[in-house]
Amino acid sequence: MWEYTDKVKEHFLNPRNVGEVENPDGVAEVGSIACGDALKLSFKLDENKRIKDAKFKTFGCASAIATSSALTEMIKGMTLEEAMKVTNQDIAAFLGGLPQEKMHCSVMGKQALEKAIENYQGGPAKEPEAKIICECFGVTEREIERAIRENNLSTVEEVTNYTKAGGGCGGCHDAIREIIEKVRAEAKPVVRPKLSNMQKIKMIEETIEREIRPSLKHDGGDIDLIDVIGNRVLVATRGACATCKAADITLKHFVEQKLRDLVSPELVIEEVTP
Amino acid sequence: MKTIYLDNNATTRVAPEVLEAMLPYFSDFYGNPSSMHSFGGQVAKKVREAREQAAALIGASPDEIIFTSCGTESDNAAIRSALAAHPDRRHIVTSRVEHPAVKSLCAHLSRQGYRVTELPVDKDGLLDMNQFEKSLTPDTAVVSLMWANNESGVLFPVEKAAELAHKRGILFHTDAVQAVGKIPIHMKANVVDMLSISGHKLHAPKGIGILYVRKGTKFSPFLIGGHQEKERRGGTENTPSIIGLGKACELAALNMEAENTRVKQLRDTLETELLARIPNSRVNGNRSYRLPNTANISFEFVEGEGILLLMDEFGICASSGSACTSGSLQPSHVLRAMGVPFTMAHGSIRFSLSIYNTEDEIDFVIKTLPPIIERLRSMSPFWTEAAQSCKGE
Repeated sequence: MWEYTDKVKEHFLNPRNVGEVENPDGVAEVGSIACGDALKLSFKLDENKRIKDAKFKTFGCASAIATSSALTEMIKGMTLEEAMKVTNQDIAAFLGGLPQEKMHCSVMGKQALEKAIENYQGGPAKEPEAKIICECFGVTEREIERAIRENNLSTVEEVTNYTKAGGGCGGCHDAIREIIEKVRAEAKPVVRPKLSNMQKIKMIEETIEREIRPSLKHDGGDIDLIDVIGNRVLVATRGACATCKAADITLKHFVEQKLRDLVSPELVIEEVTP
Repeated sequence: MKTIYLDNNATTRVAPEVLEAMLPYFSDFYGNPSSMHSFGGQVAKKVREAREQAAALIGASPDEIIFTSCGTESDNAAIRSALAAHPDRRHIVTSRVEHPAVKSLCAHLSRQGYRVTELPVDKDGLLDMNQFEKSLTPDTAVVSLMWANNESGVLFPVEKAAELAHKRGILFHTDAVQAVGKIPIHMKANVVDMLSISGHKLHAPKGIGILYVRKGTKFSPFLIGGHQEKERRGGTENTPSIIGLGKACELAALNMEAENTRVKQLRDTLETELLARIPNSRVNGNRSYRLPNTANISFEFVEGEGILLLMDEFGICASSGSACTSGSLQPSHVLRAMGVPFTMAHGSIRFSLSIYNTEDEIDFVIKTLPPIIERLRSMSPFWTEAAQSCKGE
């Protein structure tokens, strides 16, 4: 059973503002029945251009219903400029937090809000030529990039929790990894001071621990850092990696690439037999 | 609030008689059955008795019963042993709707170089026996098919399948975790080589299971250690649980008729009444060829987790095959394999009954559920007039 806060439960059991606003100023539908959740949001403005009424209809789990209810409560009385500033984190915080695996519900709320406002402003109902990354759940590159930026995500699992992308067949995991790297590279322009040997070893260790090991472990493998000699990084493969035919490809394309990106571009990975 | 427990395919209540039988073996008779003193010896005698009770339930010989820690261990032990018996063969036949204990193991083995055929099922959850027969090759080491599906309750013709496998010298294992105790099983009347049982699905405690291994079947132990279980499963016996499971098997044999008459009747009433009272609902799985206690019903255009949580407010316990409850983001692999449309799969609820359920409880559910579905549908953007006018498929 999910560990929902009392506030999530309360909003699920007594949802506010269910329905559709009559003659709405803005309306949007996001999600689909195939994806497992969908939200239809509509709002009406008063004479001062503040949101007078907002209503929702939601298909989805308890947290999807609770976030929809919370969203409508939050935006009532706001100007559209204020409403645009509401983030998915704000929606989750309003409910006292959501389980990590359910953060996508708050992202759905944010998306619906944005689209409804765009709809009011006469924007296109559909995103122009969005590139779909996750076929299973129809998640676009732009949506993934935004979730990474706004929530400071760094792993595929986190991206799945926030956007659902990658939660189906898993065929897009590499593409998601690339997007994460791209977005994170933008976020911090690489200024690489000259590293001392000790700093370099420490960074390599940290990178293996944080960025590399979780992915390998996911497939039943592991690596150990044996030694660092100049720019040569000596590692031993463990678990499934030790017997996997594709291990050296993983070492070159994934492990070495990660270390080059995050520590130093001169690094070369070498496998040693322990 | 009274709990109405309709989730017996997930786990069951430990029968009071079972608990009573177990308790002295925690407190007073804690001896090790392998010991050379009579204090341990008296426990060994009770373990022997439990083995006989378990064997009697499935029409086996006591020495064909190996006590394990759970159904998953039994499945792992059986499949790995079968592969070890034929190291030259690299092919496994199973189905798309197996429990993760078999499904994930086979996926794991396929990453280690085994070829795995996952047989599809039709929209009723049934297996195509011609396709099954065609899947068997000289390279096939083992077939593992569940006897009864945990989600739909649908039965596979495992006895027939075992014969077809046997003709070709292929070992046959069945995960019978949901079947044992609910439908009559006679191992002397079939050729199944290995069969898995889980204690907590038949009113014994969690943490105890059985692997049946037919006499003469080559077996390599999964847990290597002491000489327990005739060196087929190392580790000191979980004596209270073994004794409890023995008692539970005895009770299951006594309750078999009630399970297939009274419990079945309650299930049928629940199903018929819910379908009659709730539009756009349907049963998943073949309605005649299935367990007597299981009903898997889909309510279109609503999501299962919401249904479960609202039922929870009334103390009603059940399960769902929806994405939100599956722990992944997709609905249950069983419903997807059966081709249940998304509009239905997300709103699927599994009710699984036991002999402890009463008519009053079922009446309460029949009365309570329709307004819950109506309430969630009134919130659903898909519950439009168009959807209501179209009657299911």
